[in-house]
Amino acid sequence: MNMISKIIIPLFVFFIIFYGAKRKINVYDSFLVGAKEGLIMVFHIAPTIIAMVFAVNIFLDSKFLEGALSFLKPLFELSQIPIDILPMAILRPISGTASLAIMNEIFIAFGPDSFIGRLSSTLQGCTDTTIYVLALYFGSIKVTKTRYALPVGLFADLMGIIAAFIITFIFFG
Amino acid sequence: MVNIIWAGLIIIAIIYSFLTGNIETINNGILTHATSGMNLIIEMMPLIVLWTGIMKIAEDAGLLKVFSKILNPILSKLFPSLNKDHKALGYIASNIAANMLGLGSAATPFGLKAMDELQKDNPRKDTATEAMITFLILNTGGVTLIPTTVIALRIMHGSANPTEIIITSILATSVSSISGLILDYIIRRRNQK
Repeated sequence: MNMISKIIIPLFVFFIIFYGAKRKINVYDSFLVGAKEGLIMVFHIAPTIIAMVFAVNIFLDSKFLEGALSFLKPLFELSQIPIDILPMAILRPISGTASLAIMNEIFIAFGPDSFIGRLSSTLQGCTDTTIYVLALYFGSIKVTKTRYALPVGLFADLMGIIAAFIITFIFFG
Repeated sequence: MVNIIWAGLIIIAIIYSFLTGNIETINNGILTHATSGMNLIIEMMPLIVLWTGIMKIAEDAGLLKVFSKILNPILSKLFPSLNKDHKALGYIASNIAANMLGLGSAATPFGLKAMDELQKDNPRKDTATEAMITFLILNTGGVTLIPTTVIALRIMHGSANPTEIIITSILATSVSSISGLILDYIIRRRNQK
């Protein structure tokens, strides 16, 4: 499987350039035009990325989430699901790196083949960082009125998280 | 909405760290996290420039039209407001394909380019169109067929069967995407009335 993902990119690049050359396109000039657009794109998204990385990291530093969730601890001890999964589920839509770091800690504490290890793996794979993607994509084209995009995105995340719990339970419970 | 979340994260963080006496971490954080953001941009920049360059070749050679034609039966249902020759559709198709294969670094530039094309015929430049929102939902659902990072970490921690979570991930991601798209569809229909 690792092999497949290693072959795809070179094949893809080869195919596009080969196809372009066959169609008698000046592939080099096309590349330069596109690359310039890419540079402008980076310039447009840079403020958004700095703003989001700053806010999310400050929030993680403050350990607010751990504090706020500690009152739920007795409930989780009763159901025998380690409470560590909760901050991960909440952080998943905000920061991919943060939820990955929690998953790593869960693997160290409980092992990847424990119930919570499999659950956290499924959670990590099941959605993307909604808030970050939304800020990035709309920030790049200067759209500020995002209408119903965020509520629907978070609703999809919530359904994904609930599904991850149920499906992991059915498969590995 | 992003406005509120952004301000909320920072305000909560600073107040909470004052209350818990954790102010030194926050102080250091304020001074260093702009650098982490900048580092991320520097990491992303070469990839974005490379992929937008290569995709421009695909666009000029007419390949993007081929991509969007293949996916047209699905795309035309998801994006009824775009006609089938719309430039954005080729980038949307490429973005979905890259996401599915777990090529996150390639997916982002395609997505940004798709948004850029959608913005070109947006009458109100500061307001999201329906097509933009549908695309975003499709994208944040993150239809990943092979979660490569997760599998790599599972191998690192000595899992007996590192790939056993592929099926559960695909099922969960499908539930997430489909429920998002259904809600999006309902809202669009209601807005039309």
